[in-house]
Amino acid sequence: GIGIRIRILAMAMAMSLVRSRAPAWVPWALGGRPGACLAQQQGAVASSGFATRADKKANAGHEDDAFEVEIPIPFSLHRLPEDCISQRVSTSKAEVLSFFRDLYRMRRMEIAADVLYKGKFIRGFCHLYDGQEAVCVGMEASLTRSDAIVTTYRDHCTYLGRGGTIYEVMAELLGRSGGASQGMGGSMHMYRRSDEFYGGNGIVGAQVPIGVGIAFQQKYSGKPNCTLALYGDGAANQGQIFEALNIAALWDLPAVYVCENNHYGMGTAEWRGSKQPAFYKRGDYVPGIKVDGMDVFAVKKAVAFAKSYVLEHGPLVMEMDTYRYHGHSMSDPGSTYRTRDEVSGIRQERDPIERVRKLIAAMELATAAEVKAIEKECRKEVEDAIAKAKASPEPDAANLTKNIYAMPLGMKLRGVDREANFQLPN
Amino acid sequence: ALGLAAATQKAAPAGLTPTTTIAQVRENHTGEQARTRRVNFFTAINDALNIALDSDPKAITFGEDVSFGGVFRCTSGLLEKYGSDRVFNTPLCEQGIAGFAIGAAAMGYTPIAEIQFADYIFPAFDQIVNEAAKYRYRSGGMFNCGGLTIRTPCGAVGHGGHYHSQSPEAFFTHVPGLKVVIPSSPKDAKGLLLSSIRDNNPVIFFEPKIMYRTAVEEVPTGDYMTPLGKAKTVREGTDITLVGWGNQVGTLQQAANEVEEEGISCEVIDLRTLLPWDVDTVAESVAKTGRLLVSHEAPLTSGFGAEIVSTISKECFLNLEAPPSRVCGMDTPFPLVLEPFYLPRQFRVVHEIKQSLNF
Repeated sequence: GIGIRIRILAMAMAMSLVRSRAPAWVPWALGGRPGACLAQQQGAVASSGFATRADKKANAGHEDDAFEVEIPIPFSLHRLPEDCISQRVSTSKAEVLSFFRDLYRMRRMEIAADVLYKGKFIRGFCHLYDGQEAVCVGMEASLTRSDAIVTTYRDHCTYLGRGGTIYEVMAELLGRSGGASQGMGGSMHMYRRSDEFYGGNGIVGAQVPIGVGIAFQQKYSGKPNCTLALYGDGAANQGQIFEALNIAALWDLPAVYVCENNHYGMGTAEWRGSKQPAFYKRGDYVPGIKVDGMDVFAVKKAVAFAKSYVLEHGPLVMEMDTYRYHGHSMSDPGSTYRTRDEVSGIRQERDPIERVRKLIAAMELATAAEVKAIEKECRKEVEDAIAKAKASPEPDAANLTKNIYAMPLGMKLRGVDREANFQLPN
Repeated sequence: ALGLAAATQKAAPAGLTPTTTIAQVRENHTGEQARTRRVNFFTAINDALNIALDSDPKAITFGEDVSFGGVFRCTSGLLEKYGSDRVFNTPLCEQGIAGFAIGAAAMGYTPIAEIQFADYIFPAFDQIVNEAAKYRYRSGGMFNCGGLTIRTPCGAVGHGGHYHSQSPEAFFTHVPGLKVVIPSSPKDAKGLLLSSIRDNNPVIFFEPKIMYRTAVEEVPTGDYMTPLGKAKTVREGTDITLVGWGNQVGTLQQAANEVEEEGISCEVIDLRTLLPWDVDTVAESVAKTGRLLVSHEAPLTSGFGAEIVSTISKECFLNLEAPPSRVCGMDTPFPLVLEPFYLPRQFRVVHEIKQSLNF
C-alpha cells in the first residue's frame, strides 16, 4: 500500500542522491510513465548489477514495458554540446533478452568459425569479431533496414546483424554456393542488398568513401535514412577517409563515420600508428563522440543519437571503444603484441555478453534456466548451420565468368590459353 | 620452382670437395662466394636486406609491421641489428609509404619500402607512376629517386582470394622510368634484390609469396649481385621456348618434364627482369626453336606476355614455325574457391605446347 510506495520513493531519492548525474524522475510504481522519447525518460532506473527490490517489483510487468538502463562510462564529446546526450537509454525485457540472444549467437558463430578454420574447412583469410559483438547488436537496435551499413573485412557479425543467417555465413566461409555471396566472396566479402548491407570489403579504408556515396544517394532521394561507414583504428590513417569526410561535411551528408577502435591495427597498437589516437576527434571540424563499444546499451543510445544528428546536421564521427579477443586474423595468435593478461582482463571486466547476463540476473528478467535454454538454442542453431553448410555444394565453375560485366552481350572472354574462350551470356 | 627441384637432390657439401680446383670454384660461382647455405626464400630476402643495410649506411627499410619481422618474416632481426631509425613501422597508408620513400630517395637515401601485399599497392600507384618514375625526367636530371626500392609479395597462394593473390606487374612495366624485377628462386631473390637496391633507378621488386617457405636452395652466404635486365635460361631445349617468371617458372619446368617423356625438348627461360626485359636472350632462343609460349598468372589481356609476344613476333617473324601462344590467368578478377580453374596450370601449358608443335 502507501507505506511501500513511500519506502520506494525514499529509496529512489536516496539512489538519486548517490548518482552524480540524476535529474528528477518519478518511479514507475508511483505513476511515472515509460516513454520511448529521449527527452522525457521516466521510469525506474537500473544499471547492470545494481538491483533493488524496488526495481524488481517495478519490472514485473509486460516484457515490452520500457525501463531505463544507466550507461556507466560517460560519452566523450568533440564539438558537441555537453547535454546533447544523456547517460540513460530506454529498453525492455524483450529487448534485453534479444540482445543476449544475438550477442551469444554471434559469439558462438565466431568460435565455431575458429574451430572450422583450424580443421581446414575454412581456408584463406578469416577475421573474427568475438569481443566486438556489442557494436553490431547495439547499432541494429537504433537503425532500420533502410539505413545502410558498409564495413571492413571483419564482417561476419555485421552481416548477421543485418538480417543474414548463420547458415549463409558458414556457407560463405566454406566457399559454398548457399553462402552470402554465393561462395564467391569468402570471409571478407559478405553482402546483403535487401537489407542495405554493402559488405564486407578487403582493402583497408576503401569502403568509407563508398559509404559517403551511399549517404549522398540517401539525401538526394530525400530518404529519412543514414549510412554507417565502419572502419578500424588502423584504417583511420588512410587518406581517402579524410577526403570523403570533407565531401560529406561540405554537402551535409547523413554519414556516420564509425571507427571500431579495437586498439590494434593488426599488430600495431593505436598509439604507435596514430599521432592522435582519440579517433572521435579526428574529424576536426566534424563533431565526434566516443562510446563504450562493449556496452550494447551505450551503442544503442549513441547510434540513435547519431542517426538523428546526421539527418539534420551532416556527418558525425563515432569512435567505438571495443576489443577483439582473437588476433587480427586466424594467422595471428594475437599474443605477440599484447599480453594474455590484457585479453583475459577485458574478458573479465568488459565482456559484452556477461554484462547483459548480469543485468538479466540482477533484474530477474529471466531465470538462469531460461538463459541456459537460450544459450542452448544458439549453440544448436550454429551446429545445424555448420552441418547444413558442410553438406551444401560448391559454386559451379560457370560462376568464374559470371558477373564480370553488366551486359556482356555474348562477349568472348579469353581464358587461360588461346583455345579456352568463354561466351559470356547475353 | 627450382627450389623444389633442388630439394629432391642430395644436399651437396658447400660445392667443395678435396679435388676441387680454384678454377672450378671460380667457374661455379662467378662473382659469388663459394660458401653456401641451404635456406628458403624469405631467409634469402632477409640476407639481402641485412647485407644492404650493413654495406650502405644510408639504407633504411620500412613498411607495415616491418619492425617485428614482417608478416612473412623477411625483415626479422633487422631492427635489433640496425636500430629503429633505420628499420621502422609505418602507419597503414600505402600512398604515404610510397610518397615518404620517394622523398627519402630524392634526398639521397636508399629506402627499401615494403608494401605488405601487392594487392594493396594501388593507393600508392599515383606516387609510383607520377612521382617516382618521372622524377629524373621532369627535373631535367637535377633530382632523382634512384635509391628507391619497393618490395612487395605477389601471386597466388592457394587461398588468397581477390586481395591476397594478385600479380600486378604488368601495370608497372607500362611506366618508363621504373624497373620491374621478379625472382623465381631464393638464390636469384637475394642477388636480384641486392642489385635492385643498388641500382640507381626506382625498382619495384615482386616476391612470389607462395615461395617464401616452400622454395629452398643453396644460397651463397656472401654479398653478390645478379644483374638486372638479363634473363636466365634455366633449361636448354630445341623444340619450343617457354618464357615465364616468378612461381610460373616452376610450372613451366614441370610441363617441360612431362612433355620430355614424349620426346619434346623445351627451352625454359626465366625472365627475371620485366622492365627492361632481355629481348636478345628470348629472341636468340626463339630463333633456335621456332616456337614461343609465354605464361604468367596475371590475366591474359594486356598481361606482360602480350609485350613479349608482340616484340618476338617482329624480331623472329621468319623463324617462327607456329603462332606464339600465351597461357595465362583468365580475364576475371582473381577468384576464391575457383582459383584452380583460373590459374595457368601445368596441364594447360602442356596442352598448348602440343598445340604449338602440331601447328
